[in-house]
Amino acid sequence: MVSCRRFFVAVISLSCLLASFTPSAQALPAFARKYGLRCSACHEAWPMLNYFGQKFKDNGYQLMNDRDSPIWQNPSYWPMTLRITPYFHRESTDKLPDVVDAPGTTNPSFVRGLTYSGFDHSGLDILTGGTLEKNISFLLVPSADETSAFHMESANVRFDNLFHSSWFNFKLGKFELDNLVSEKRILTLSANGGAYQLYHFIPAGDANIFGQIGDNQLGIEWMGHSVNDRTRISAAIMSTTDGSPDVPYGKNAYSGFFAASQAFDVGKLGTDRIGAYAMVGQAPTVFLTSGGVPIPSTGTGNKSFSREGFVGQFYFNKLNFQVVTQHGTDSAWFGAGFGNPIDNPGFPNNGPGVTLPAGTRNPSWNGAFIETHWVENPQLVFIQRSEWVHMSQQSIPGTPSNLGNTDNYVFGFRYMPLMNNRAGLAWHNEYAWIRQRGTALDGSDTTSSSVMSGLDFDF
Amino acid sequence: MRTEALHRNAVILAALVAASVTACAQVTEDQQKQWLGTPAASSHIGHLSGNAKAAAGDYRRYCVVCHGELGDGNGESAQWLDPKPRDFTLAVFKCRSTPTGTLPTDQDLYETIARGLDRSNMPPWNTFTTQQRADLVAWIKHYSPRWQTEKPGTPIEIPPEPEVTPGRVKAGRDVFARVQCWKCHGAEGRGNGPSASTLQDDLGRPILPYNFAEGGRFKCGSTDADLYRIFMTGLDGTPMPSFADNIKPEEAWDLVMYLRSLQPFPSKEKAIAKSLGLTPVSTTSTGP
Ligand code: HEC
Repeated sequence: MVSCRRFFVAVISLSCLLASFTPSAQALPAFARKYGLRCSACHEAWPMLNYFGQKFKDNGYQLMNDRDSPIWQNPSYWPMTLRITPYFHRESTDKLPDVVDAPGTTNPSFVRGLTYSGFDHSGLDILTGGTLEKNISFLLVPSADETSAFHMESANVRFDNLFHSSWFNFKLGKFELDNLVSEKRILTLSANGGAYQLYHFIPAGDANIFGQIGDNQLGIEWMGHSVNDRTRISAAIMSTTDGSPDVPYGKNAYSGFFAASQAFDVGKLGTDRIGAYAMVGQAPTVFLTSGGVPIPSTGTGNKSFSREGFVGQFYFNKLNFQVVTQHGTDSAWFGAGFGNPIDNPGFPNNGPGVTLPAGTRNPSWNGAFIETHWVENPQLVFIQRSEWVHMSQQSIPGTPSNLGNTDNYVFGFRYMPLMNNRAGLAWHNEYAWIRQRGTALDGSDTTSSSVMSGLDFDF
Repeated sequence: MRTEALHRNAVILAALVAASVTACAQVTEDQQKQWLGTPAASSHIGHLSGNAKAAAGDYRRYCVVCHGELGDGNGESAQWLDPKPRDFTLAVFKCRSTPTGTLPTDQDLYETIARGLDRSNMPPWNTFTTQQRADLVAWIKHYSPRWQTEKPGTPIEIPPEPEVTPGRVKAGRDVFARVQCWKCHGAEGRGNGPSASTLQDDLGRPILPYNFAEGGRFKCGSTDADLYRIFMTGLDGTPMPSFADNIKPEEAWDLVMYLRSLQPFPSKEKAIAKSLGLTPVSTTSTGP
């Protein structure tokens, strides 16, 4: 059982490795062009937002100077930005299931590593966004992975300042959850450093893919904020689909995401912010089948999961820290591998007469990351991130307590030779290292690392 | 020979005078560097003290794109903008609590930065800390020689706002007619008076009078006191003059009430104007 679970983990981590470098980050020179601002007005260092940029976003991509409506733009203005990153990288993983030499093997002696390097390019983001009318705005991000397979990363319309109040803003569609520390504007890009582990963590053997707060979700969000954005609060209700269209999983499964934060003036140092978030949701475990194959959209037997934590953004002049914590819990059913036979037909289905293995418990974990930036100036930023996710309770009794624990360390710098109101270009350099406990076929740890150097640009 | 030399000296002298006059109009980077170290490049807002040098980073990050390296309003975006970004080397400001022609107070600039200027590309910078804004005020003051030699004007006194009464709203209408607000703003305040299409700002660019019926925010604040201040101090650099010499403080509040009745929002003033059956002022009258 355990080795089978390890295999799942290995497959999941490998697919994460392959899929993770699709940044889909949002930085729109189209906005800079519209308003005549430099990137630095909204971005602490592109693409990470600063407070002014956060307020701009919270106002529905409006500066609130009565020049937001598109009728103020030259008719040829087209609110579109393209972003892609050509780069060189070297990827290394020390242990992989040796599926080539011996397909399906579980023999630990076949455990071996893989290192490769080469020139590459990232996925492509087509970012369009802005106002349709004063206080009505949209964001549409068709996004291709590096093989040019497209999906809708974001597609939403929002209504802002309803009843002339900054406390009533709604958006409908596919959107980024209200994560203060946004993975869509992450400053690290490599295969092992381009995502927050905490935003996608799934315990070893667990099948709940729906608690990934880093993935854009389909739903409706209310957001309210004070006029200067010092206080912000939001609540969203989403379909439990991890952002997939066509409602392919449960018949009636919904999740909620809640966030609140408060910013404080700290005199000469800047503005700090602290906040909290929670995601609570339900996902199906029982699917109708046809010829043994689970049928999409038929899921019932909802079980619950939750993710909650604190967020802090602390500024000390050029130095700033972003801190995010998380406590996560899944239902024991997810822990035992139920929940997503649609994407993985081999996974168990909670059909008639199925019972949970004796003693199965709700898996839970705790995690945190600290990301540090030294913003020498808007054109040069040094980045460091340390991230730890550790299991506090494994689902299946007898599982090694540290199985699946993940540690991630990332270092890098971005130098942006251009700083104008038209385009962005960054020379991006990064090293990222990740270790997952006990996930190799022989029960030992898996470590992988990425080195990358590339040119991240958008216009 | 001697007369010739005298003549030559006179020519040189004239050239020197001319050069120094142009130098006065054209502020140089060296001068600004020097002013950065003077006491004028500081600000005092309540208990806050602003230091110009501390704002250099913020000015580069947020402001230079419009207001330019030399503060002359010639940033890279300026060519696309209308109205043009303020030229800080002239130190002529729209939003002042001080009489027309005088420098604004630090407090005025401090509030302007957070409020922004509606119907222009100048955003509200209300995300900044109070300290950041105080430092930026000090920074703005290092660009113009005026801050070296002049003190800000004394803020005008605004008497307490009286209660809104039908008599006052009606009296306000009379002031509106008498000082001829309608010439630019139109009889109904729609910004379409007979002179509206001819107006230009100090840069010679066409400029529109405020349209009360549209209900947008005023450039320099949205309270009744702001409105009072706007027409009693004028928006320097624009055709909107100060009426401090033509309108008595009492009458000024009457005018504020009448102007409120021209805005589209439900208000006591609007209800009174309606119940009195106030009609737009006559535009054939030739003034007081
Ligand atoms: C996108 C362009 C833009 C940026 C960026 C910008 N401004 Fe302005 N600013 C303007 C324009 C345009 C005006 C003139 C508006 C008007 O006349 O209505 C202006 C006017 C001003 C004024 C004059 C107000 C008055 O009473 O006359 C001040 C002071 C000012 N800006 C300060 C700043 C500061 C400080 C920053 C940076 C934090 C900044 N601006 C950034 C465009 C900009």
